[in-house]
Amino acid sequence: MSERRVAVHPRRPVEEDQAAAAAREASTLFERAPCGFVLTSPDGVIGRVNQTFERWTGHRGSALVGQTRFADLLSVGGRIYYETHLAPLLRMQGSAREIALELVRADGQRLPVLANLELDSGHGRPDTVQIALMDATERRQYERELMLEKTRAEESERRARELARTLQRTLIPPTPAEIPGLDVAAVYRPAGLGDEVGGDFYDVFQVGPGDWIVALGDICGKGVEAAVVSSFVRFTLRASAARLLDPAEILAELNRALLVHESERFATVLVVRLTRSGDAWEVTTGIGGHPLPVLRPAEGPARTFGTPGTLIGAFEGPDLVDSRSRLGPGDSIVLYTDGVTEGRRGRTMYGDERLLRLLDLHRDSAAETAQGLLDDVLDFQDGRPRDDIAVVALRGTS
Amino acid sequence: MEAARRHNVVLSGPPDRRPMVFAHGFGCDQNMWRFVAPEFADDFRVVCFDHAGAGGAHPAAYDPERHASLQGYADDVVALCRELGLEDAVFVGHSVSAMIGVLAHLAAPGLFSQIVMVCPSPRYIDDDDYTGGFAEAEIHELLDSLDSNYLGWSSAMAPVIMGNPDRPQLGHELTASFCRTDPDVARRFARATFLSDHRAELPRVTVPTLVLQCTQDAIAPVAVGEYVARSLPDGRLAMLDASGHCPNLSAPDATVRAMRRFVA
Repeated sequence: MSERRVAVHPRRPVEEDQAAAAAREASTLFERAPCGFVLTSPDGVIGRVNQTFERWTGHRGSALVGQTRFADLLSVGGRIYYETHLAPLLRMQGSAREIALELVRADGQRLPVLANLELDSGHGRPDTVQIALMDATERRQYERELMLEKTRAEESERRARELARTLQRTLIPPTPAEIPGLDVAAVYRPAGLGDEVGGDFYDVFQVGPGDWIVALGDICGKGVEAAVVSSFVRFTLRASAARLLDPAEILAELNRALLVHESERFATVLVVRLTRSGDAWEVTTGIGGHPLPVLRPAEGPARTFGTPGTLIGAFEGPDLVDSRSRLGPGDSIVLYTDGVTEGRRGRTMYGDERLLRLLDLHRDSAAETAQGLLDDVLDFQDGRPRDDIAVVALRGTS
Repeated sequence: MEAARRHNVVLSGPPDRRPMVFAHGFGCDQNMWRFVAPEFADDFRVVCFDHAGAGGAHPAAYDPERHASLQGYADDVVALCRELGLEDAVFVGHSVSAMIGVLAHLAAPGLFSQIVMVCPSPRYIDDDDYTGGFAEAEIHELLDSLDSNYLGWSSAMAPVIMGNPDRPQLGHELTASFCRTDPDVARRFARATFLSDHRAELPRVTVPTLVLQCTQDAIAPVAVGEYVARSLPDGRLAMLDASGHCPNLSAPDATVRAMRRFVA
């Protein structure tokens, strides 16, 4: 059988048939592939399009070839993108992948596509740009939804940051009160990038003629709950200070209030009462688990003062003792949160010694003292503190 | 940080020669000049740089507020040229950088003694008796499409540069930065570029200026190049037999020839 067939159908025509069939197949694939094909000159003038492209766009190939540039069939954004990005890319690297474009169809409707472009050079023929276009209608819809979600997420993040900033402003009085005979300055720097509410707070308020309370503290934790507790601590302090005179008593009452408060948060708090006495101030200091404040006399080295006491809001019957000192003209007191002394560079802590050394150097106004300390601590941590920093400086004036 | 580092300045050519400053346009970076700038490195001190937000410019160089208008980019050029101590320089600006050069020249008249504008446009939008090449609605469509970020400019869609052994002239130093711009920067740069109108500044240019115009340019059509050359007190128009908006890449030889005649 096979011999007869060989005789009837010689070999060459069979090969030719196969070659012709392959060519037909290739041509069919080119024309009807499930993607649009466009061939252009390196300048972008269309040389050939396939039937799929004609079907998708409604443009007739015969009307485009030799006349129209591929970029002319794009929406204006795509046209500019083609000229400013794609054409240079093709010149420079010979190809571009997965470029999102919009074709303008003959009826004016838009067809979202993803384009792969390849500059086919050499092979003895003129250079050609081969463009394959995938219909991306569904995908574009999906991308738009993603975009909307992203915009929404960014918006809500922005609102949260705004809320944090607003909340922070209410916790930290912008400028301390003007007090005759006392120069007061405060600085505050939230941790990290400063877009979260921190747990540090301070307050300065009057309880009688020539009688003032300065409070500074650090609520454990961050965020909205810490802010709520900060606010609770501040109004409790104000309310207690209106009735009670001694800082240790004020702190003890705050301790009771915090223990019954639904929050599990505790705090370190420092309360200083300043009572005018001649040209100086009598200073009574109560310390609840807080780093000791620094007294810098007009003459002589800076030193810490006060009696350490128990953390506030953690235990019943805390150990809280008042200490008394005097603030004369030119003397300064500096209150700070542990963001100062526990500021870290690598494994090194900022520490008390460095603090005292710095305060010995800054022998000027309250504002310069507070800012000078903050700047030094920030420098120490390369400007990115890991904890909030609050500093209040008080300086006696005559 | 000094301006030279901020703008990824690349210097070549003899330091004692007249400076020639190349400023790239919207979209890509100083690699746009790679077929043109080296041709001048024998006779000029060649200065190439990246605009803020483009290519190898330092991220800190970009300021959304300052770079919301072309003046911000022009101020950068002035600061950069002053830092390098340039005077009597040839400024070569592609596309939007042609107008950035004009603004820099008006702000600091001593810097440039000649300007070359490659495919410039002082105004992209058509107007009563002016042809910019785009209808106002088209530019707004462009800006909207950038805002909604669904064109090729989104970061996910940004074209990725791959090594290409078939085109060794690209060299290895061509990094992934070419034509790859942060979508937010691209959006703002597009706004600053395509809404700009600097026609009024052209008559105030006091130095000889060469306008290089491609025969087929979808972004800056021939009518625009003619308008620019006509509006400049000392403007000359040179037509390049090239299509597209980037003759510095598609027709570098013709570009170099026209520039040589001008600066000779």
